[in-house]
Parts: sequence; structure tokens; C-alpha cells
Amino acid sequence: MSLDDNSNDAASYEGLIKEVLEQYPEKAAKKRARHLGVVKTDDAGASSCGVKSNVKSVPGVMTIRGCAYAGSKGVVWGPVKDMVHISHGPVGCGQYSWSQRRNYFTGTVGIDSFVTMQVTSDFQERDIVFGGDKNLEKMVDELNVMFPLNNGITIQSECPIGLIGDDIEAVAKKKNKETGKTIVPVRCEGFRGVSQSLGHHIANDAVRDWVLEKSKAEWETGPYDVNLVADYNIGGDAWPSRKLLEEIGLRVIGSWSGDATLAEMERAPKAKLNLIHCYRSMNYICRYMEEKHGIPWLEYNFFGPSQIAASLRAIAAQFDDTIKANAEKVIAKYQPLVDAVLAKYKPRLEGKRVMLYVGGLRPRHVATAYDDLGMNVVGTGYEFAHGDDYQRTTHYLKDGTLIYDDVSGFELEKFIETIRPDLVGSGIKEKYATQKMGVPFRQMHSWDYSGPYHGYDGFAIFARDMDMAVNAPVWSKFKAPWKAA
Amino acid sequence: MALRQIAFYGKGGIGKSTTSQNTLAALVELDQKILIVGCDPKADSTRLILNTKLQDTVLHLAAKAGSVEDLELADVMKIGYQGIKCTEAGGPEPGVGCAGRGVITAINFLEENGAYDGVDYVSYDVLGDVVCGGFAMPIRENKAQEIYIVMSGEMMALYAANNISKGILKYAHSGGVRLGGLICNERQTDRELELAEALAKKLNTQMIHFVPRDNIVQHAELRRQTVIQYAPDSKQADEYRQLAKKIHANGGKGTIPTPITMEELEDMLLEFGIMKSDEQALAELEAKERASA
Repeated sequence: MSLDDNSNDAASYEGLIKEVLEQYPEKAAKKRARHLGVVKTDDAGASSCGVKSNVKSVPGVMTIRGCAYAGSKGVVWGPVKDMVHISHGPVGCGQYSWSQRRNYFTGTVGIDSFVTMQVTSDFQERDIVFGGDKNLEKMVDELNVMFPLNNGITIQSECPIGLIGDDIEAVAKKKNKETGKTIVPVRCEGFRGVSQSLGHHIANDAVRDWVLEKSKAEWETGPYDVNLVADYNIGGDAWPSRKLLEEIGLRVIGSWSGDATLAEMERAPKAKLNLIHCYRSMNYICRYMEEKHGIPWLEYNFFGPSQIAASLRAIAAQFDDTIKANAEKVIAKYQPLVDAVLAKYKPRLEGKRVMLYVGGLRPRHVATAYDDLGMNVVGTGYEFAHGDDYQRTTHYLKDGTLIYDDVSGFELEKFIETIRPDLVGSGIKEKYATQKMGVPFRQMHSWDYSGPYHGYDGFAIFARDMDMAVNAPVWSKFKAPWKAA
Repeated sequence: MALRQIAFYGKGGIGKSTTSQNTLAALVELDQKILIVGCDPKADSTRLILNTKLQDTVLHLAAKAGSVEDLELADVMKIGYQGIKCTEAGGPEPGVGCAGRGVITAINFLEENGAYDGVDYVSYDVLGDVVCGGFAMPIRENKAQEIYIVMSGEMMALYAANNISKGILKYAHSGGVRLGGLICNERQTDRELELAEALAKKLNTQMIHFVPRDNIVQHAELRRQTVIQYAPDSKQADEYRQLAKKIHANGGKGTIPTPITMEELEDMLLEFGIMKSDEQALAELEAKERASA
């Protein structure tokens, strides 16, 4: 459906949007219409898609969003490896978020690292009626006995904590006084906000109030100190990213929050620059450090060679000529690897059409990696973006690209069915439905148990995985032989 | 006779517990077997019947035992004056946890464990305001059939009575709960009886009984007794007997209340001189200031 190399078929997508909306009751259609659009470039060369975002999902649709607890425990805090994260409330939230999101880390689980462990206060009726504060205190004590090498504890509130008004802050203060360890209460009750996005914000605020504001970290600063912010090390993503930054001569003094330690967070304000990958989930703390500590921040993209090179240059431009020269050297060094990857996979993937539906940064950042492979992103959308995310998105995309915000199960299925792309990248909930339609699929939250996809090393894996999905022999068997025309 | 479930609601401090316990003690004289379910974290709904300070509550015992499933009915049910069965839901200390959920837990426990078997009356005595779903439990499906609102001629008591009526109305169509009537506990405010009757009319109910003020109630209460037990021959004991008879005869005669708007209520209060109009209040204040100047 690509008209040419520079645009997608806006007219047909607008027709498709209309078709989808006709299936809704009037009120729902009116609401959903604001979340669907196509990318357009005006005469001045500015592109936009005009979709509304970050509002409550329409009741009755199958939204793919998460909750504030998911945003705090699952995204921001959970990967901090040397802290124990208590899922405070009934057992379900902790049970179903057990093991985290493939946030890789070095360390020994249960000894000095706790990312994949599930700790919950397992609220019973009694705790609801009488409050859970006493239990929480006991838990903190027990955790310190069982896991003496933990460097701190976070309290991730589930819904009932907010309903019954437990004073978890008082517990945190008391236990901090007794043990000297950092205890962070996080008011990320699931009913707050319209998606996981508010959970990110609340978690950022907790980092500010309970870590940075209290930090007495001592750190011998260097001229090239940077923080790697909002890389959650999914499948090890932060490691090739860190490698690249170190290769151009920077010193990564903190990795947030993939493979992070509390100490890395505490000393973050000593850095010269914050490099932020997932803008949506951690821009808040970057803005805070900018305001309070005067640390500038820069959004970068380490997916695919063109954006990696552009990002390395943009990062290097913040430093001296040595770093700038290093960046060019590093880009040149990896060119043969890039050439080899493209030589192998581009012929197999060229012209293939991709639809994405993901979370924080990937609906835009991954698009250009597909471009590098000669693939064409024809539709993309975010679960929980805000207006500023969409502003950051459209210039990455071709004109006419279909945009769907907080897409419903029905809409996404209809879009896939009609557009029939060669690949869909989304989450586990969408995977099997899509594959049953005969459309290749890759999970783009968890990298489908693969990764890393960041950096040059990650690009090679990314290209291999996309080829594996798109060109799997299984798709040639999709039509029953007796039905073959 | 089928089990009758009634509940006493009203503003905090209005005398719900005192009125309900005295009335229930009088109901025993009509040969009725009674179960009291105290639904107030203060747990003072049974002390006059048990002649004790405070009863162990379902929730405190459950907390001690581990969970409510670990309790036996016998642990939480005490027998008081003339065989009245007494239970208290209990709840958290002020400022923590969720007392409303506690009421739900306790009532479900009592029902499931047969506390309601073999009695003629279950009487719920509920905390002042229906602040959340938990305290509305007794007016929800298959619980109290008639609600008696204890009130007086004071402004806040009238507000509360109207609010409780709203709560009853909310559940009246889904669960069949009805407003049994207003019980006016005399505070000796101006035109109190008249006002109570006027409000009852507005709410589409009756002022079922006007309980006069009598110090003997305090005397009895200090001895942790009902007037029926402490001074069975007193005039006040007869008042409660009358109320008990009226309630006993009122089965199935409850109505769906018609709560009024704040404006209507305030107009009524103005009319009865309980509340002053802004102009009047200002004029009085100015006059007072002039006088002192």
C-alpha cells in the first residue's frame, strides 16, 4: 500500500479509520475518533498527526494499557537490583508481575540482587480492616534479616493502600531511622491516572523525594560523567548502549534503572549530562535534575545504525573535540558490521510493511531501525503517550502513516486484518491473535525473549529476529493445501 | 414468625445505642428472641444489655486468631439481659484501616455461621453517618427491612436523618429496604415534636415515637443497664415499652423515603427558627456589636 518511498496511503487509512469508527456507538465513536489519525506534513514542512492522548480509555473496549502500579513497580523501580521491592497489598499484583520485564542485571538473586524475586505483604481481610502498617514494619525487619545485603526497600502501593489510607510514609521514615537504610514509599495505587504513565511520574517523584533529596553521595566527578537514563536493560539493552558511550570516551556513572544500584541513583546529580532513552517514563527526573542541579539532558535513540550515528554525534557535540573525534571513529569502526548486517538481511526484508503498537519510546524509536532495513512502518501507536510524545514521533515517520493512540483490541485487529502488513510488533496479548490471522509477529516489549536490540550489536540481533519472523517457512503453509487456489 | 431485621441509624451522639438497647430490652417482654449486631467500631451497642464495659468484637478476635475463618460463633456471641444475643463487629482504632470493610466482614461471618438462626429479631446499630458502602451494609439486599432513624430537633440531626433517607432510597428498589420511621429523642429544642413530625411528613414516613428526656436514662447508663432493667416501673421504661410495641406492630409498614434537597431542608429549618436567614443573622450580629460599642 506504499505509494512511494516517502509516504504511506493516507486516503485509504483515513477510510479505514472511518470504517472502524462506524462500528462503535455514537458516543464511543466520537471519543475514539480523536485518537486515530494519519501523519501529515503541512506546507511549512512540520508534520503532525493530531491525535489526542493520555485520557481515560473508553469503557467497554479492550484497552491494552496497564496501571500506575505497573508503571512504578514494573517499569521504574522494579529493575533497581539491590533494593527489595515490596508489592504492598493483596497477592495478585505481585504474583502477576513476578520476575519483572526481562530487566537483565548482574548479581546473585537473593543475595545482593532482588529483581526477579516477588515480595508481597499478601493483604488479608484483617489487614484491610485494621490497616497494614504493622505488617509492613514487620516485613521490613524480616527482609533486612533475610537479605542483609539489600541496600534499601521500596514500598509499591497496590489499590487498597490508597483506599484505606495506610500511612506508609510514616513506616518508611521510622524504619529508615532505625536501620539507616533507604526506604521509599511509592503511592502508585493502580486506580490513579488513566494508564501506567502516572505510575512512572509518581515513581520519578519518589526517586526525587526519597533518594535524590536525601542523597549524601560522595563522588569524584570527571568531565565525561553521564547517566544512562530510562534504559531498562530489556534483554540486556543497556549494555551495548553503555559500551558505545564508553567507547566514545564518556564515563557512565549511573544506569537508570536497568541493572541499577541505589548508589548509582544517589550519585546521579554529579553527572555532566543525562542521556535519556525512554523520554516518557523518566523525563520528569531529568527535568528535576536540570532545574535543581543544572544538568542538561538529551534524548537519544540507539535503535538502528542511522539513529545510532545521529545520536552519537548529538551526544558528542555536548563535549569537547576529543569526544567528537571518538564518536566519528566509533561510527566508522562499526560501519563494516552495519554493512554486513544490511547485506545479509536487507534483501530479505526490503519493502516489507510493519505495524507497531508499543509503549514509551519504541513506537517512534524503532521505526527508523526498520527504515534502515528497508522496511516500511505503515502504522504505529502508543499505549500511554502524552501529547509531547506524538510531537516527537511524526518526524520519524512517513506522511500518511496510520496513528492509533490507546488502540482497542477491535481497532488493532481490524487494522491488521485490512492492511495485512508483513510484520506486527506489539505485546504478548496481541501476539497470538495476530499470528492466527497469518501475520508474522514480534513482541516488541520483551523482544520476544531475545535482545538486546540497542546499539550496533543489538541491531544485528534485531535484523536477524525480524527476518526470522517475516520469512519463517511456516507462513507458506498458512493456506490449507486442499483450499489452495 | 419470619425473622425481622431492623436497624437503627442516626447522627453520632444522638442516643442510638441507648434508644435501641432500651427498646430491644422492652421487646423481650413481648416474648421476642433478639440478636444485636453492633456495627460501630466503638463497640458500645451491647454494653447496657451485657452490663459490661465492652464486648470482645468479631474483628478483634479475628485479628488475634489470624482470620475470621478461624473463629467460632460461640467466641463472638454473648448472652445478655433476658437472653438477648449480643455481637459487636468492632473495627480498627481511629485513623487506620477500613472500618466499613470490617462491618461487611463481620456481618457475613455472623450470617454464614448461623447467628441468625432461632431469633425473631436482628437489630443492627450503626455508626452515625453512612460514610461508605460498608456502613450501608445493613440496608443492602436481604439485611434490614426497616430502618429507624434516631433524631432530635437539632439541625445536624435533621441533616443526618435526611442523608440516611437518601441511603435508604438508593437501596430501596434493589433490596426492598424501607424506612420504618423517625424516633425523636428529645433534646428540648424549640417546637421539637412539631418539627420532627414535619420532617417525617416530608420524608414520607412517620414520627413513630417521641422519647422524652429523663435523667433516669443517665442513671441507668452509669450502671451499664437499660432503664427497663434498672427501673422497670419508671415512666421512662414505659416510653420504651410503647416504642417497642409500635415497632413490633410496624412490620411490613415501612415506606420508601422521599429525601428532600438541601434548600428544602434549610427552608424548613428557617421556618421553625432552627436556622436564621443570612439577613437575620447579620442584623443580629450588627445589633450585638452596636450594643457592645
